[in-house]
Amino acid sequence: MADGHHTQTAGSHRVGRIVIYALLVVFALYYLMPLFVMVTTSLKTLDDIRTGNLISLPREISFDAWIKAWSSACSGVSCNGLKGNFINSVSFVLPAVAISTLIGAFNGYVLTMWRFRGSDVLFTLLLIGCFIPFQVVLLPMAQTLGYLGIANSIPGLIFVHVVYGLAFTTLFFRNFYVTVPPDLTKAARIDGAGFFTIFWRIILPLSPAIIVVSVIWQFTQIWNDFLFGVVFSSGERQPITVALNNLVNTSTGVKEYNVDMAAAIIAGLPTLFVYIVAGKYFLRGLTAGAVKG
Amino acid sequence: MTETGASGKLVHPQRRFGDYIENALPKVVLGPTLLCALIFVYGFILWTGWLSFTDSRLLPRYELAGFVQYVSLFQNERWWTALGNLAIFGGLFIGVCLVTGLLLAILLDQRIRAEGFLRAIYLYPMALSFIVTGTAWRWILNPGLGLQNLVRQLGFESFTFDWIVTPGMSIYTVVIAGAWQSTGFVMALFLAGLRGVDDAIIKAAQVDGASSTRIYTSIIIPSLRPVFFSSLIILSHIAIKSFDLVMALTGGGPGFSSDLPATFMYTFAFNRNQIGLGAASAMIMLMTVVAILVPLMYAETRRGHHGR
Amino acid sequence: MSALSIRDVKKRYGPVEVLKGISIDVEDGEFLILVGPSGCGKSTLLNMIAGLDTISSGEIAIGGRVVNNLSPKDRDIAMVFQSYALYPNMTVRNNISFGLKIRKIPKEQQEEIVSRVSKLLQIEALLDRMPSQLSGGQRQRVAMGRALARDPALFLFDEPLSNLDAKLRVEMRAEIKLLHERLKATIVYVTHDQIEAMTLGDRIAVMKSGEVHQLASPQEVYDDPADLFVAGFIGSPPMNLIRAPVAEHDGCVGVSLHNGGEAFFFPAPEAIQGGLSKWTGREVIVGIRPEQISDEISRGLAREGHVKRRAKVEVVHPTGPDTLILIELNETPVTCRVHPETMVRSGQMTELMFDLSKLVFFDPETERRIR
Repeated sequence: MADGHHTQTAGSHRVGRIVIYALLVVFALYYLMPLFVMVTTSLKTLDDIRTGNLISLPREISFDAWIKAWSSACSGVSCNGLKGNFINSVSFVLPAVAISTLIGAFNGYVLTMWRFRGSDVLFTLLLIGCFIPFQVVLLPMAQTLGYLGIANSIPGLIFVHVVYGLAFTTLFFRNFYVTVPPDLTKAARIDGAGFFTIFWRIILPLSPAIIVVSVIWQFTQIWNDFLFGVVFSSGERQPITVALNNLVNTSTGVKEYNVDMAAAIIAGLPTLFVYIVAGKYFLRGLTAGAVKG
Repeated sequence: MTETGASGKLVHPQRRFGDYIENALPKVVLGPTLLCALIFVYGFILWTGWLSFTDSRLLPRYELAGFVQYVSLFQNERWWTALGNLAIFGGLFIGVCLVTGLLLAILLDQRIRAEGFLRAIYLYPMALSFIVTGTAWRWILNPGLGLQNLVRQLGFESFTFDWIVTPGMSIYTVVIAGAWQSTGFVMALFLAGLRGVDDAIIKAAQVDGASSTRIYTSIIIPSLRPVFFSSLIILSHIAIKSFDLVMALTGGGPGFSSDLPATFMYTFAFNRNQIGLGAASAMIMLMTVVAILVPLMYAETRRGHHGR
Repeated sequence: MSALSIRDVKKRYGPVEVLKGISIDVEDGEFLILVGPSGCGKSTLLNMIAGLDTISSGEIAIGGRVVNNLSPKDRDIAMVFQSYALYPNMTVRNNISFGLKIRKIPKEQQEEIVSRVSKLLQIEALLDRMPSQLSGGQRQRVAMGRALARDPALFLFDEPLSNLDAKLRVEMRAEIKLLHERLKATIVYVTHDQIEAMTLGDRIAVMKSGEVHQLASPQEVYDDPADLFVAGFIGSPPMNLIRAPVAEHDGCVGVSLHNGGEAFFFPAPEAIQGGLSKWTGREVIVGIRPEQISDEISRGLAREGHVKRRAKVEVVHPTGPDTLILIELNETPVTCRVHPETMVRSGQMTELMFDLSKLVFFDPETERRIR
């Protein structure tokens, strides 16, 4: 970009480069520091924590905190670790991601290839759903889940996450499909293909990238959710984020920071893993959501 | 030009039943989503609005009671704290994210080796839950064994950094953790914006003899206006609905000194059985979002139309 | 019975009427061109024939069947798109046979059709490639192959050549013409390119703002434009249109023109004398094509209806086969087509032959022809 052309002398240029790199490295260390602290703390013994400091390395590596966080740490009244909550999260996140992505794909397809009078207005109405603070739906939703008989249940959480994720997935697919020439659909209609045939045979085969974007976005959003989890579930049914928060706030006896950190890493690992494996798509999801802001 | 009389021989096939279904399919497919939005977004807003005008406590009641909840809301000291905190947190969080994000983006845009690697480091916090972030920073910022202890061990015996347990200061720790999590995102947006600036314009400016600094301040940064808008919209949205970070980092404490409207709403609606008051606070949150986002989006779309 | 019959077809989007009552009949085997500037409604009309857009009022019949209520698949049509619209996830072979598969044509028959069509279009070698591996011209052929495979009653072409570069466009144009002659297919072809319109069409419908301004053979549209718009739209370089007062000289009605200080009187052709005489003393717009103003060296001695005048050359544009020179008549720049060997330079006076037998006149208010 603008750096291609330099009128400065080579010396000042070199100093400039050093400053730039130094700044970048300092920022990088700052961003890495909490992760570093989390990992090292989780591998320390409580003694080690008390006698060492934040950035000291563990004297000996101990996985006790991890084992405890996974299977026997107390969160609230139960002392079964995060294991059960991890499974809870997996069991509602995966269906919610799959369902909201599939419906979003259909919605995007309709909103671009089968536009009808008023479909743009409907899209805008839908989009506003991305922007409401969810606090405004919590009380009615709590009641409604009760009426439907799915309060404090995995299906209930799936339902809530699908309902409030649709605006985003629809946005992703709609914004992707507007770049697909509508002539494709027209040609297929003249060839005799119907609504679903065109979707399965022509449009969906074009969509792997945007499916990945939507899946990753939904996965991180739903896995990381706390608000719906804490309001619409309790006890054994809680997702991992809620259990982590309870674990950290459960004050029985000595504060076990190593267990807290191990638990936090366990809760963050799935999304972190997705980020490392598919960072490119993660970024695309973030910006795609933002561009339409 | 028309041959008259021929129309008598024309066959007039009727629409087939299958075609009616086929034509209705797009609307049928979109229907459930729209119904969901209608009920679970718009309907629920009205429902919450209604509740906010009742004196519901443990259980919802639907007899209207006027503005009592709003009156008691704005007589509640804790609510004022929450609003004040939102102003502090919102302003600082947005400001720090924008400035740092832009700085990082510009630095990364200088043909940096290992750019992808560095970018990944700045961005990874975005993948974490605010609960995880809060838990980590809570440990780092705790005065006993955290950062304060570290600096003291390094020889600065009188160093004090105990904001997280100090009323009036704990909200600033929320800013620190929040900015740590969200700056990378803003950086990514700005970086994408920088890469989108037309190279020809920059070359033209270089031919005109403009310095790199000058090119940034008078050409590139002004052209990032839409990115500023998007970031502003997203960040203010994050700020207003911030809930999990406060819950994990300070729990709203000490006392209720780091409460935000979102935690206030949760506490009153679900822990203190004050459904009416919770609903009223949720409605105020919604109105705040509307009051901030609508003018921003309006300005953005208007600008967009002029630009075209 | 005509292959396609469009009767008083209108299209409204809310209060906006984009097609204002179109009526066209297309004979079996005819090549009809819809031409006009963008936004004239030609593509909307084509989409309505295809069934991709609804008809607000009026009737469209294909092969004697009113298709208003039929979906595209039941209209017995095929369409070639400007963007080609090849299915990106299918090989060329599957692109061509997709419509046959959907219609449950037996496998052997599908193969036979694909091989016949691909031989006809010389794309046999491409059958197993993906569209992304093809050049623009090859994609164009595949798109046509897909249409041909269906063997429909009516072919619709929506600006099929406008994404090709100039050289390829000329080649494909010739091929489409050849194909039409071999297959005797009925074709409706939309373009904004008046040269394509002239070279391909049996008849041309010149459209503007949702109306057909003229529907006639290419030569008729060229020589005998119905109004000012058609006169200006068809022809390249376009017809010279000059405002001029009507006057009478020796019992002969004509227009007064001047070049610099020199005044010319151009008598109108015999057939228009009566019509034009009503305009004496008022201004009309006179139209003359560039090739009707030439130099005598190339075109020989003046024939009947030619007059020789001297005019000042303003600009010279050599194009190769011809040289275009600009002169000024009544302060309007006027293009003349002269022989390339005519050595003239700007600023010079030169002698030009004006062929007055094809002069056309227009009412400046209504823009209609004065006849």
